[in-house]
Amino acid sequence: MKRASRLSLGVFAALSIAASAASAEAIKIAFIDPLSGPFAATGVNGLHQYEFAAEELVNKAGGVLGGKTFEIVPFDNQTSPKESLIQLQVAIDQGIRFVVQGNSSGVANAITEAVNKHNRRNPDSRVLFLNYSAVDPALTNDKCNFWHFRFDAHADIKMDALTDVIAANDAIKKVYVIGQDYSFGKAVADGATAMLAEKRPDIEIVGNELHPIGKVKDFTPYARKIVASGADAVITGNWGTDMLGLGKAILENGFTGPIFTYYAAADGITAAFGAAGDGSLRLVSEGAINPPASERMSAYVTAFKAKYPDGNVSQPRIANTVEMLAKAIEAAGTADDVVAVGKALEGMKHESIWGGELYMRPEDHQLIQDVHIFKHTKDGVVFDYDNSGYGLVVESTVKNASADIATTCQMERP
Amino acid sequence: MTSLDQTRARPAAGGLSLAVLAPWLMAALFLAIMPFVFTDNSAITIMNQMAITIIFALAYNMLLGQGGMLSFGHAVYMGLGGFMCVHIMNWMEDGLITMPLPLLPLFGGFFGLGFAMLIGSFSTRKAGTVFAMISLGVGELIAACSVIVVVFFGGEEGVSGDRTYGIPVFGFEFLHQIEVYYLTAFWLMLSAALMYLFSRTPVGRMANAVRDNPERAEFLGYSQRWVRYYSFCASGFFAGIAGGLFAINYEILTEENLNLATSGMILLVTFLGGVGFFFGPIIGAIVFTLLATVLKLHTELWQLYVGAIFVATVMFFPGGLAGLLAMHVAPWRLGKMGVLVKPYLTTLLPGVIGGLGLAGATEMLFHAREAATGDEAMGLFFMEVSSHSPVAWAAVLAVTAAGFWLARRGAPGLKAAWDEANTAPGGRR
Amino acid sequence: MDLVLVNLIDGLVTGLLLFMLSSGLTLIFSMMGVLNFAHASFYMLGAYFAYQISKSVGFWPGLLIAPLIVGVLGALVERYGLRRVHKYGHVPELIFTFGLALLIEEIVQFFWGRAQVPFLAPEALNFALFSISGNSIPAYKVFMIFISMAIFIGLLLVLTKSRVGLIIQAALSHPQTVETLGHNVPLIFMGVFGVGTALAGVAGVIAGPVLGTFPGMAIVLGSIVFVTIVVGGLGSLWGALVASLLIGWLTTFAASYNVGMMDVLTGLGFTPPEDLSESLFRDIWSLTLPQVGPILPYLLMVMVLVFRPYGLFGKRDV
Repeated sequence: MKRASRLSLGVFAALSIAASAASAEAIKIAFIDPLSGPFAATGVNGLHQYEFAAEELVNKAGGVLGGKTFEIVPFDNQTSPKESLIQLQVAIDQGIRFVVQGNSSGVANAITEAVNKHNRRNPDSRVLFLNYSAVDPALTNDKCNFWHFRFDAHADIKMDALTDVIAANDAIKKVYVIGQDYSFGKAVADGATAMLAEKRPDIEIVGNELHPIGKVKDFTPYARKIVASGADAVITGNWGTDMLGLGKAILENGFTGPIFTYYAAADGITAAFGAAGDGSLRLVSEGAINPPASERMSAYVTAFKAKYPDGNVSQPRIANTVEMLAKAIEAAGTADDVVAVGKALEGMKHESIWGGELYMRPEDHQLIQDVHIFKHTKDGVVFDYDNSGYGLVVESTVKNASADIATTCQMERP
Repeated sequence: MTSLDQTRARPAAGGLSLAVLAPWLMAALFLAIMPFVFTDNSAITIMNQMAITIIFALAYNMLLGQGGMLSFGHAVYMGLGGFMCVHIMNWMEDGLITMPLPLLPLFGGFFGLGFAMLIGSFSTRKAGTVFAMISLGVGELIAACSVIVVVFFGGEEGVSGDRTYGIPVFGFEFLHQIEVYYLTAFWLMLSAALMYLFSRTPVGRMANAVRDNPERAEFLGYSQRWVRYYSFCASGFFAGIAGGLFAINYEILTEENLNLATSGMILLVTFLGGVGFFFGPIIGAIVFTLLATVLKLHTELWQLYVGAIFVATVMFFPGGLAGLLAMHVAPWRLGKMGVLVKPYLTTLLPGVIGGLGLAGATEMLFHAREAATGDEAMGLFFMEVSSHSPVAWAAVLAVTAAGFWLARRGAPGLKAAWDEANTAPGGRR
Repeated sequence: MDLVLVNLIDGLVTGLLLFMLSSGLTLIFSMMGVLNFAHASFYMLGAYFAYQISKSVGFWPGLLIAPLIVGVLGALVERYGLRRVHKYGHVPELIFTFGLALLIEEIVQFFWGRAQVPFLAPEALNFALFSISGNSIPAYKVFMIFISMAIFIGLLLVLTKSRVGLIIQAALSHPQTVETLGHNVPLIFMGVFGVGTALAGVAGVIAGPVLGTFPGMAIVLGSIVFVTIVVGGLGSLWGALVASLLIGWLTTFAASYNVGMMDVLTGLGFTPPEDLSESLFRDIWSLTLPQVGPILPYLLMVMVLVFRPYGLFGKRDV
């Protein structure tokens, strides 16, 4: 033990130096997401989008507060709550006051709890948590706090938009709901059944089930049931390989109706579906890139693809997050007092680069924005995903989706 | 039997007292002053993580090293203990029970023990592959339960609590990392000492006997099954304590605390440190935590390197790092360490340089393929190099080749020197 | 009723796929006494190699070449890795293959990236062969059934009829005696390991387009393969077959029928609690069969090990 500890001393010293070397000029933003492990593809692509957005939208425009630039500092959490908390601590020690994270609601939940406790226990080094992708509704309801801001539409908002579209489609009489067995999968299932019952009582839910997350080798038996049930449409919140496996099994089995999804795009999924998904796959999300909303947006995506030919602009909300943070810092006149920045973010309105207006609801810190239903297709695709020729094209749009959705949040402000 | 043991143990115990206590006292002192050397909260967080891993690895080694039982599901006992502790923390918050926070890990330990008693009752009937496979199966089942039984495990977002609602101890409410550090360090010393003492008890000794020759142990009148069962339960207890400390440190437990990846990680840590020695897992936990932390700061490929180091360890140093250190005891006693210095410099140093060169080439290949278009510059061993320049490629490949070639050429010399260093002056080894 | 037939076919496909992996693994295990944790990693390598080959020359050459490469790699791992570790005992051997599995996953990620690669079934088989009440059976699945049947019959013939097979069978039970008779047992070991991993490679090639080719594919399947050979009994090819089919059908049927715990418990005479959302046992009450389907094999394995440690068809201890 003695010998080992002498060895570790040197390494520790190196660690401390790495942690304290902070430059005074840049405003640092900690990016805590998976950069290794099974979900690293999404994480690395997200990091590239953040670095690009900071450079293109803030730094090239002269920075904030008279010349301060944004610097994205990556931290690898391997999608593990424990690692995330360690990395959060390291980030705080480096003097970072803004944390962004998105992959996995479980991790977001751990971070928002930890940030809340940290800010209460250490008032002189408070941080803001900007959640750009974790969509568990609880984060802006029961578990809300002043330090957490969500820039994605949460699961219920998306489901509200989705069920609007389904309700308007008279051809759909039977719906099958299937998802992964965890909080998000359950939230999707509950939302779908409740909202469909309200909007179209005549629609029959012919199946509503959960399967273990990441454990199913072969989705064929599930696909058989879906076809046998005579469903006209499928709704699923699956992501990653569970999405791909389920989708491919359903399509292979001869299903031709629409499959409404949350995450069936980019990170290899669009390429793997290819022609098979054409005409069937739908996706509900914010931020449309096809058709392009403006010249500025086209230039932005083109420049991104030139820099990262293998990357995708798969999370348009990242640009919104960066722009709104810059605006809030400018409005607060400081990047050190996160309470002031947080108050500037509350109620902020902003014209999105992707078109449409954004509004950060002060009651629960949930961003209200346009939500689109996309179609996986080849036609009309200006910017494809995975360089496959296929991409997402807007099929219908819900303006300022669920702007008045109820919240149980009881915000305690500092 | 007992009286015989005692008479035999007594002179040893008397003679050992100071020599045995010295390293423990030094370790305690060392733990006490560490936070004054590294004052960063993040450094303290990492040290806490290290301490928890040490306790868990020591508990794991009670099975693997001392009992010869290979488990693929030991995270379950740590995780269950931890989950129980978070629930207790929540009950404290609700005012249902009150107690000082430092006692909490004990409850984690008891919960881990209870579960180990239950599972062990059928899993320890056989050793070897049957035990390994049952541990795998039970591990998978409980990890799967964690997303199904939401009441206890909280689904995929886990259960979180707040540690500050216990009765304050000497005015400490455990608001800050440093207070938690001393709590963790206290439990580390206590559990390590208890586990060490356990390995000295007749049960601990019999575990070794059953590991090495179960039939002979049976002939001596010991039921190999019960000996395994006792070790298993004790191991579950200490794993539960580690889980309780985890709960206090992170205030959240999730599915990852139970799953196969965590169970595999602790196997890796323990084996890397060396299963044959009590202090092996301690070295393993320290080195692994540092390796992961430091490598992660510098490269996305850190898991690749950890995997490669692990495979190399199993192939070339099955005794782990502790075994490697222990190998040098004989030359040290013979006063022949000097003989080894030169061959180490001419063989191992080029070998290490060759390995680093290979890692450098891997990094350059990765950067050339993954980095943004036009971004050719990358940092490599404190240098700025271009991942597209043929010169840089030639240099890194040449260093790699030269390193390995020198290491290979020096290998016979090293072998000879090693034999020489292990030979007593009289000529007998 | 029609769905039962469809499920039988699907279960057969899954079971036979499992068998291609478990047959090689059980041979390796019973001969060398080592549970090869990296076996499913060779399956993954098979899929990735075939994907790489299919990008330039198409699917069919890949079906032949990829397993060969995997087999040679497997033989090399045995010769230069396992044999070296063998002298330290079985536990280090197991740990070595465990480490190898981690390493192979990392290497695959390094070369092919973390996302799923678009490895698709050949165009020639990309149609529905027939359909049973709206459920189509793709031609590719029938092709999978035929390939695995052919391999099973081939393996059985080689093991029982050929001279090499007889030596292997002898070496399974009495390695020392076989060695004294002048046979080169290490060479047989290497050969069996190579063939076993090549079989895993074949499984990877044909499963890659259906189950997806991604870095996690080895982990998803890996432990299930263990479960199969442990349940079937070690060294028994028939045991491996029966267990593979059993687990294939078990998981397929479990996923297909929404039997709820609510129905089972009320059927047994329990009354559900008044307010389900507040009950301590609410998760038990709301449990359904598809929720637990994929973990049933582990339950089966633990049961088998507790009550019959030889497995269903095995003759000696696991």
